[in-house]
Amino acid sequence: MPEVREIAEKVRSKNAGPFWITVDVFCGTEEAFGRVRDGLASEAVAELFCTPPGTLRRFDIPDLRVVKFSFPRHHVQGDIHDRDMHGASYASLLAEHRLD
Amino acid sequence: MVRVLIPSGALGLGWDPEALRRGIANRPDIIAVDGGSTDSGPSYLGRGVSKYARASTKREWGELVEARSEAGVPLVIGTAGTCGAGTAVDWLAEITEETLRERGLSARIAILKSDQDRGALKKALAKGRIAPLSPAPEISDRIIDDCANIVALAGAEQISAALATGADIVIAGRATDTAIIAALPLSRGCHPGGAWHGAKIGECGALCATNPQSGVLQIDFDAEGFTVTPLAEESRATPHTVSAHMLYENADPFVLYEPGGHLDVTEARYSAIDGKRVRVEGADWTPSSDYTVKLEGARVAGHQVMVMATIRDARYVANVQEWCDHVLAGCRAKIADRLGIGYGDFDLELRVIGMNSTMGALENREGNPVEVGVMGLATAGDPATAMEIGKILNPYLLHHPLTREEEQPTFAFPFSPAEVEVGPVHAFCLNHVLRLDDPMEAFDLVVRNVVHA
Repeated sequence: MPEVREIAEKVRSKNAGPFWITVDVFCGTEEAFGRVRDGLASEAVAELFCTPPGTLRRFDIPDLRVVKFSFPRHHVQGDIHDRDMHGASYASLLAEHRLD
Repeated sequence: MVRVLIPSGALGLGWDPEALRRGIANRPDIIAVDGGSTDSGPSYLGRGVSKYARASTKREWGELVEARSEAGVPLVIGTAGTCGAGTAVDWLAEITEETLRERGLSARIAILKSDQDRGALKKALAKGRIAPLSPAPEISDRIIDDCANIVALAGAEQISAALATGADIVIAGRATDTAIIAALPLSRGCHPGGAWHGAKIGECGALCATNPQSGVLQIDFDAEGFTVTPLAEESRATPHTVSAHMLYENADPFVLYEPGGHLDVTEARYSAIDGKRVRVEGADWTPSSDYTVKLEGARVAGHQVMVMATIRDARYVANVQEWCDHVLAGCRAKIADRLGIGYGDFDLELRVIGMNSTMGALENREGNPVEVGVMGLATAGDPATAMEIGKILNPYLLHHPLTREEEQPTFAFPFSPAEVEVGPVHAFCLNHVLRLDDPMEAFDLVVRNVVHA
């Protein structure tokens, strides 16, 4: 199966305040939106980001053809063990994830 | 109708000068710009300083002060000096007075401070007036005392109070990104859902349109909703670019909590007026029974020293994780022994650049890098101990062999001194809201007139 980046137009991640990360998958077309929505199980995404499934929030937004995930940071932004102050690199993990 | 001109997503990011001229010619009712965010990390709040160069801030702020004077309308900045702490507000106030003097301009300046008194917060904690958001770190009187700075995020009420002084320039401490834009439309009776929704769409300037770096955005608020117009020649807003901005840095793209209530955009409708402008209606604002403001605080979590080596030897590159494990084990034991401290009294980490320095344990790919960097981070309770740890780490990063038998290797140090003092590292330690009886009780507002002939 293809990786998310081969189907979606863009994957972006950012801090949503110091305690959360949010990841937006911009799919572009309706067809791509359907493939990403159906091919990304929430459990698999939670595992990818090592977050307990109950803490992962998911929004499938057909109007924007966007699938969005938000989860609490493992390390609060700026904690001595935080490696990505702005949280923009989490997007790469999801972009390289294989769809089901 | 209330017309808000937003020059840029943040002071310091710049704008298209032609678009700003167009914005002034369109006769706005107010110019609003954001001055900061938590996004650059806790150090700025902890130290109460700006992340942008003073020279850049003075140049950009000077242009806005001049444009405000020409338009004869108020100019408001929220979260002045990146963090919105009192010292950062004072810093921008000083730049403002310098600018007015140099340009021969007069202005009435309102200064709104968001700094929180520790004693008052401890009383509020005891009275159950501080509530956690999710996820919230544990708090106590001790944590409150440990914070170098604590600020509360001002909402539309406090910004409106500052504008009501008749100020030409409002320099606000920490405020929500939206409050500085929503305040005037709300106080003039525009649609509350529309005012907050438009403010969220406009908080990053032209980021809700094409050519986002042009910065300049105009939003017209009225009794039913709002109209978005990016002002750079080649910048266009479409229903997609505008509605997609609700995703940006928001954990929830439909519901946004603000002091005094929450915004719900689930039913909002976005329609193109033409190829450039978008009309939005249908957002809903629900006032809350309690008036709460969010708190932010930063305390010193330790003092840090960084030591870095780069490794080009192919055998060492191939076995770098094993090498790091050896270095850490040997070095930690030596630190405990020579400094007489426990393993829990310091933190030593090696991050391998070229392997997993960005994602850490989440990294799931492997590559074959030509070289790797090993960044050692030593954190301790005081600067002297952190430096001692850095110096104990130094010979390991320079010479540690993979096996005892081989000749002693030497790796590359990119600079001397090899031990770089990072300084105090701060931690965000509040994700809480504070309940207020009067929106102004936790904020401080002063007005001064600056007159130059």
